[in-house]
Amino acid sequence: MSSITAPPGENESHVTSYPRFLGRSLWLATEGSLAFYAWMTVLTALFLVGANAWANQVAGGMIGTNMTDHVSWGLYIANFTFMVGLAAGGVMMVIPAYLYRDRKMHDVVIIGELLAIAAIVMCLMFVIADLGRPDRFWHMMPVIGKFNFPISMLTWDVIVLNGYLLLNLHICGYLLYMRYLGRKPNPVWYVPFVMLSIVWAISIHTVTAFLYCGLGGRPFWNTALLAPRFLASAFVSGPAFIIVSMVLIKRVTGVGGLDQPIATLTKIVRVTILINLLMVTSELFTEFYTGGSHTSAAKYLFFGLHGKTALVPWIWTAIGLNITAALLLLWPGLLELRRRPLLVAACCMAFVGAWIEKGMGLIVPGFIPSTLHEIVEYVPSQLEWKVTVGIWAFGLMVFTIAIKTALPTLRHPAEH
Amino acid sequence: MANTESTPQPTSKPSLPVVQNFTRRAAVKGAFATLGAGAFVAAVSPLRQAAKNTTAAEFMQQHYTELSPEQKADVIARLEAEAKEQYGADVQIADDRPIPGTKFVYAINLSVCNGNGKCVEACHKENNHDRDTNQSYIRVVEMPKGTMDMEKGSTTYTGTVPKDDKFYLPVQCQQCDEPPCVDVCPVKATWKEEDGIVVVDYNWCIGCRYCEAACPYHARRFNWKKPVVPAEEINPDQSYLSNRVRPVGVVEKCTYCLHRTRRGRLPACLEACPTGARVFGNILDKDSNIRWILENKRVYILKEELGTKPAFFYYFD
Repeated sequence: MSSITAPPGENESHVTSYPRFLGRSLWLATEGSLAFYAWMTVLTALFLVGANAWANQVAGGMIGTNMTDHVSWGLYIANFTFMVGLAAGGVMMVIPAYLYRDRKMHDVVIIGELLAIAAIVMCLMFVIADLGRPDRFWHMMPVIGKFNFPISMLTWDVIVLNGYLLLNLHICGYLLYMRYLGRKPNPVWYVPFVMLSIVWAISIHTVTAFLYCGLGGRPFWNTALLAPRFLASAFVSGPAFIIVSMVLIKRVTGVGGLDQPIATLTKIVRVTILINLLMVTSELFTEFYTGGSHTSAAKYLFFGLHGKTALVPWIWTAIGLNITAALLLLWPGLLELRRRPLLVAACCMAFVGAWIEKGMGLIVPGFIPSTLHEIVEYVPSQLEWKVTVGIWAFGLMVFTIAIKTALPTLRHPAEH
Repeated sequence: MANTESTPQPTSKPSLPVVQNFTRRAAVKGAFATLGAGAFVAAVSPLRQAAKNTTAAEFMQQHYTELSPEQKADVIARLEAEAKEQYGADVQIADDRPIPGTKFVYAINLSVCNGNGKCVEACHKENNHDRDTNQSYIRVVEMPKGTMDMEKGSTTYTGTVPKDDKFYLPVQCQQCDEPPCVDVCPVKATWKEEDGIVVVDYNWCIGCRYCEAACPYHARRFNWKKPVVPAEEINPDQSYLSNRVRPVGVVEKCTYCLHRTRRGRLPACLEACPTGARVFGNILDKDSNIRWILENKRVYILKEELGTKPAFFYYFD
């Protein structure tokens, strides 16, 4: 048993070896094949388009978006909400790895933790993209600004999201650093943080749901089922994304030992997607069997209201994708190695289905009809799509680089 | 369960590969990094335009409640100079504070209001709203007689008013005693003052629009663009927390015309109303007209079930 305090290296201190570790990681992360450079170039180009669109939005005002005083949150907050779920979804690797001592999952659990980092970075970018005055961001900082804690749920969200980011940065950073030093990681320095991150993952999506369900003036969001629903769909989209990533990582890098974790995650999604569908059904029954003005938003979303039907195609697409994915996942044959493309297709359907459900199916209809029962529709503008794609490209860059940095660990899992 | 794959013990040496032609590759990577950074700076160059509109003094400005009297005077002088520079108007921005012993309350007689919309227009002019979007803090809902369900109403009605089968429900900020908009603000940019008015520090708001989502009365507006008001149409009689021309990217709302009411005048919407449907006053004054109405008329509170406790009442004859 090693001692509690990690001793500095035999002949050098962490002050010098840690920067060298970061430098080496950066060097390694920028080494790759032609395909890798092409991938990163495409992502960079998309990110630059998004950055330019955002700069124009700040300079010209948010009139460049299609949001209005009626639908005052749109594509950005929809994506923000979805990304919180993706970040929380990574915990579906951590729980089998650490609570059920699944060895194979343990070897590759860092993929889930790195996904959490990339997803939270995207969350923060989406929030900043949505601010009318990003130059006043410092007003939100505790001490120098005015932080409305604990009354505003948004301040809770700021705390839990940044906390989750720091937790995962610490866990991944520590494990990779120990690997670099060629030392066995000391459980004291990361296992308590991993356990904390499990609870924390649940908290980030719960708090994010509380942002919406605490608003009495928005009947569509004002439901106690919102936080459980958020979690259920997060535990669909997160594992689905990781399964697709693992299939790709195996193909591109030849990392082994991924098939068993893929099977475990598939079995998890098989259950969570059904729980999610059950909750949607429960929600719809309550809405439509009761009827009345409280049901207006649901009516608008699923069938259109007073001839306005902008969201109807979106939600039925989501329902179709979710049900198809659920049926495919129920089929045991999906796990056979030769059916990998079908598994990937099912995961993509579940992922896109959850994305629509959270965005066009949850954030936008919360505003339609408005609190004075006016129906003003919303379709994202080109500028909003550009900014959104830019942030996604940046998130994928962060994820790609993170995975590359972790490749030695994934190739040769150490005992920890 | 046995681990079938080999799990080599961590080596004592760093496991990263040693790259051969290190310097050349480093130079190439450095060049691409520089190129990327350059492209990024070019992509976000529109920000320079935005930065020009925000002075260092504005950027550093503290929250309204933390400004000393001297700092407040500086801020107001700066805002007046900006109004002159950007809008070509000579304006006077006061810092009107609540009058002790005052709690402002509004009431509208729904039996009398005929939906003529003069209040909407008066608000638009009085509060220096953006001309392009025809903004106003008041919306009037035309409702069929026989229901109080706004689902059945319309805010976009046209034609001669009043129509026989309709009644009219003007809605503006209800200055709630339990305002959900104030609770949700992450930076305390909006708060309730002692006389009951919910205000916004337009120079502190970060524009997250959470308050807009939280308000059950559609009372808040966001400045999606920089407001456009011709110099000759600007109402120069302004207050810091009220009708001064708002910056782009922040939320605004009805303040019961505090730049008038805290100086003993009536709100602009009330003065403009040709029907006499609107009554405004200090509920703490036992002899006030508003007090008599609330004690003797049949009073209706909008969305009372939400527990927001409005300081805004509707009544019937």
